[in-house]
Amino acid sequence: MGHRTVTLFVILSILLLVLFVLDLLVGAVYIPLKDIWGAMIGEEVNSATRLIVLDIRLMKAIVAVIAGIALSVSGLQMQTLFRNPLAGPYVLGISSGASLGVAIFILGMPLLGIVNNSAISSIGTAGAAWIGSALILAFIAFVSTRIKDIMVILILGMMFSSGVSAVVQILQYLSNEEALKSFVIWTMGSLGDVTASQLQLLLPAVFLGLILSIAVIKPLNLLLLGEQYARTMGLNIRKSRYLIFLSTTLLAGTVTAFCGPIGFVGLAIPHISRMLFSNADHRILLPASALCGGVVLLFCDIVSKWLTLPINTITALLGIPIVVWVVIRNKSIV
Amino acid sequence: MIELKNISLGYDNKQILLKDVSATFSSGTTTALIGRNGSGKSTLLRAIIGSQPLMNGNIVLNGTDIKDTTALQLARQVAFVTTERVRISNLACRDVVALGRAPYTNWIGRMQREDERVVMQSLEKVGMEAYAFRTMDKMSDGECQRVMIARALAQETPIILLDEPTSFLDMPNRYELCHLLADLAHKENKCIVFSTHELDIAKSVCDTIALIDSPTLHHYPAEEMINSGYIEKLFKIRYEK
Repeated sequence: MGHRTVTLFVILSILLLVLFVLDLLVGAVYIPLKDIWGAMIGEEVNSATRLIVLDIRLMKAIVAVIAGIALSVSGLQMQTLFRNPLAGPYVLGISSGASLGVAIFILGMPLLGIVNNSAISSIGTAGAAWIGSALILAFIAFVSTRIKDIMVILILGMMFSSGVSAVVQILQYLSNEEALKSFVIWTMGSLGDVTASQLQLLLPAVFLGLILSIAVIKPLNLLLLGEQYARTMGLNIRKSRYLIFLSTTLLAGTVTAFCGPIGFVGLAIPHISRMLFSNADHRILLPASALCGGVVLLFCDIVSKWLTLPINTITALLGIPIVVWVVIRNKSIV
Repeated sequence: MIELKNISLGYDNKQILLKDVSATFSSGTTTALIGRNGSGKSTLLRAIIGSQPLMNGNIVLNGTDIKDTTALQLARQVAFVTTERVRISNLACRDVVALGRAPYTNWIGRMQREDERVVMQSLEKVGMEAYAFRTMDKMSDGECQRVMIARALAQETPIILLDEPTSFLDMPNRYELCHLLADLAHKENKCIVFSTHELDIAKSVCDTIALIDSPTLHHYPAEEMINSGYIEKLFKIRYEK
């Protein structure tokens, strides 16, 4: 590792810490840093303060970091696998799968007259989203065993997700206002709806996804030259594709299930990391993207709290100019 | 050494490119694979690296049938340079060539001192050592081609296949590249096969010429091939008509 790389990692780590603390400070009510620290180390503080700090702000900041890491790492994997700078975590339809699950849960059940079925409602929005994205992955994985050309898989994934979106629209069209509003709010994304018990699911799933992503670092580096070259250098293409898909679903699928679809982070962060570190080696790029992802989503969360707007609008407004700039500046990015 | 044993190649049963072809490409020789467009040059090369299923017959590399080898074992036998123009920005030439060490490195691709040495040596062999720390996005086609060949050399395989390595290059570069390949074959006892449309280069630089006249393949020492009349037959008949 060069000096520049080490320096960048150090700066980003410090930035992550600073923004994490800043994220705890920003909110509807002002809480002094002293009280935040007190609540965190378990000192005697006012119970409302403790609740706000631990259950709301701390939880949200942790979720922001996890979501940022997960979306960026999965986006990076998709960009390399498909050798396409416009690929992102949602390119295979993970978010449309999740939204179909949620649409059926929020919109479809009232239509079918199932309102108070406790067995079904215990799945929750998150469970429904997760099932939706897992089904999409199963379909893509099944298709990819039969198809040699990775570009065909990309096109199928995009077509399939458009088809799923159409089904979601039908459900939206048929639904009543109340159900429709809660669905639309889900699609805007939220980092604040994760409960402590959900975090116990979110953390291990994302952790497993990250372990898998580390295991495919070498395959990803070989895939920079395309699948044909990768194969002649001894890569088992089928196995690598599976692992990459699985990792992406665990990362992006889980985050989407709990936070809703958060756009542009997974697409923009890998580009930012490539440019910052000027390196395409995934041994550097993967941790770099993870760090940048955490930093950027914390920043977006602070802005969204400040302006009291949904997180998705902030990530899009910040992400789009970055992607445009990257594409204009550099034509051969991936 | 590459042995083709009664192989048949094609797409479905309708389009047979090669039928019951046998040939041997020895170590220490450079072979030019020539033939008209669509005659199956690339398909044959892909078959040798195991990417194209055979309809019939066997391909044996240094005594082992490719059917019985894993992707990793094959990667230690044969390196391939495709027609694809690869340009990865943000990756130094040295790192591109280092990818060629993949069959020998551990799970995360950690380079040992020996690997580093092979990488630098490979860059030297193609005359690109000065470019080690430059990225490919600002290099010419010929320079990129050399880097990709260095990557194949870093794979340290007894066999190297190249699909039309001379296209995109100007005339001096074409000759230079082919002399480089011939040199490698002779000095390092490698078996090098490349497809090309450059008949003059094939005649003057290569040891043997394999000519695909679907569904047959003629393989002779360069001198003999020139005198055989096969080349004229394949490339001139239509012209005279």
